[in-house]
Amino acid sequence: MDIYIVGQQLVNGLVLGSTYGLIAVGYTMVYGIIGMINFAHGEIYMISAYLTAIFLALASYFGLQSVPVVLLLVLFATVFLTALYGWSVEQIAYRPLRHSNRLAPLISAIGISLILQNYIRISQGARNQGVPPVLDGVWRIPSSAIDQHFIQITYLQSLIVVTALASMALLTWIIHRTALGRACRATQQDRIMANLLGVDTDRIISVVFVMGAAMAAVAGMLVTLNYGSFDFYIGFLMGIKAFTAAVLGGIGSLPGAMLGGVVLGLAESFFAGFVNSDYKDVFAFSLLILFLIFRPSGFLGVPEVEKV
Amino acid sequence: MSESRSASAVTPEPLLRVHEICAGYGAIEALHGISLQVQSGEIVALIGANGAGKSSLLMSICANPPARKGKIFFAGQDITVLATHQIARLGVAHVPEGRRVFTYMTVAENLAMGLMALPEQANHGLLQAGGGADPEQIYHLFPRLRERAQQRAGTLSGGEQQMLAIGRALMSRPRLLLLDEPSLGLAPQIMGRIFATLRDIVKEGTTIFLVEQNANQALQLADRAYVLVNGRITLSGTGKELLASPEIRKAYLGGH
Ligand SMILES: Nc1ncnc2c1ncn2[C@@H]1O[C@H](COP(=O)(O)OP(=O)(O)OP(=O)(O)O)[C@@H](O)[C@H]1O
Ligand SMILES: [Mg+2]
Repeated sequence: MDIYIVGQQLVNGLVLGSTYGLIAVGYTMVYGIIGMINFAHGEIYMISAYLTAIFLALASYFGLQSVPVVLLLVLFATVFLTALYGWSVEQIAYRPLRHSNRLAPLISAIGISLILQNYIRISQGARNQGVPPVLDGVWRIPSSAIDQHFIQITYLQSLIVVTALASMALLTWIIHRTALGRACRATQQDRIMANLLGVDTDRIISVVFVMGAAMAAVAGMLVTLNYGSFDFYIGFLMGIKAFTAAVLGGIGSLPGAMLGGVVLGLAESFFAGFVNSDYKDVFAFSLLILFLIFRPSGFLGVPEVEKV
Repeated sequence: MSESRSASAVTPEPLLRVHEICAGYGAIEALHGISLQVQSGEIVALIGANGAGKSSLLMSICANPPARKGKIFFAGQDITVLATHQIARLGVAHVPEGRRVFTYMTVAENLAMGLMALPEQANHGLLQAGGGADPEQIYHLFPRLRERAQQRAGTLSGGEQQMLAIGRALMSRPRLLLLDEPSLGLAPQIMGRIFATLRDIVKEGTTIFLVEQNANQALQLADRAYVLVNGRITLSGTGKELLASPEIRKAYLGGH
């Protein structure tokens, strides 16, 4: 086995995995706090791709040249508006069903997901959309390499990994070190008790949707910059992949979602590199099914019984 | 907060006034027209058999489940229209049945959760790392908790969890403390300490409304008490009166 091919798959897998992890965080946090899978989360990711394109176009319309400034502005704008979508989805589709049976919000999630897809299809067109490359350039290791004997890392790939790590670190800090995070964890563990202690648990649930959407927006922007093209349907596949990552890591667990993302990204990329790249999605979903059957609590998940 | 506390002490209005409330779960009605009052600075006990509705009454005061009929006033304010977290922020702290400590958090974090009811925390302090009050007083009351401060609450013994639940409720220096069976699962010696602690807490300006299985202890501690039978108040009086009452002796104190 060529060490450079292994190294390249490792790089590709990490890059892919960090985007899965960013999206998986939204599934896992929402599941943790209200015990439901937010099937509209993939659509939130898809919308962030469109918002990225729109803000990139706006930045160039206003003649902004500096790449870091453009990227930061687009990041903030995309994250903000995507978070607003996440918040609205919760308000419109889930909050009114809070006290109904478990199936109702699930159906509502599928409904809102179809609505968002078609809203984008009608307003933005069904065709593939694209963004121009914003950040070019690669590193090669070793830099003096000839032929195929090197590992290539694009600037964008490193930006993806660094941004993903920074976002995860920020989220982890919020959840574990701030009073807001403590209120989130308390609401997740015992909503009634948190409420009795003065936590506005409805607001905390909104905050969790907002944080999940914001993380998905970071992923949406990075992937859009990296691949350049997208359509109104990308949320579906990405959504299931990230959901798989969340299950692998242990749904409900924040570090689990990040770990699951990286593991899935690596698994997929090595499968594509060494076995068959056409069947990498099948491989990913087979992992999902195997985990659901044999280890539903994932790597780091909390077994249901220990939940009080 | 201390200003509003002393202001309420001079008003004739009781701190807590429950007026003919009915409440229940779905089709089941657990409380059928309960009325009672707790004056500021009092310790009032509620005793009754299993399933009488004691816990339901305490929870109903916190709007979970909300009263279907009747009204509840806290310091003169109608709280029947408020949500659970809003009632907590008025200064009503609850040590619920089953303790409900956050088992995946440390002892220190559980105590910090007790500060959520403080208005400054609720409104804009959410991104602060620490949060206002000091757990030192709680650690002084329950030195056991200090030793365990960084330990996960789920690993505490039952009695330690009970101390933690009480400590957590005291963190916000509530005006009204609702206690659901504080002595449950505690050794008699610890229980004596907790009851002594409760008397001290009252001296510092907190009013206590407590539910107890242990009627004997509760009636000795309480200034006044109510007896709840099948969702209705059947008797009330001072602790001493009820301790002497033949009915009570028969039903709750072992009949001698
Ligand atoms: N969440 C609930 N859902 C449905 N019914 C409930 C619920 N909680 C309590 N009940 C019912 O309400 C009635 C009163 O229960 P409650 O817990 O208030 O009794 P209690 O006086 O606290 O009893 P104990 O001394 O055993 O704690 C019981 O008949 C109980 O079955
Ligand atoms: Mg009870």
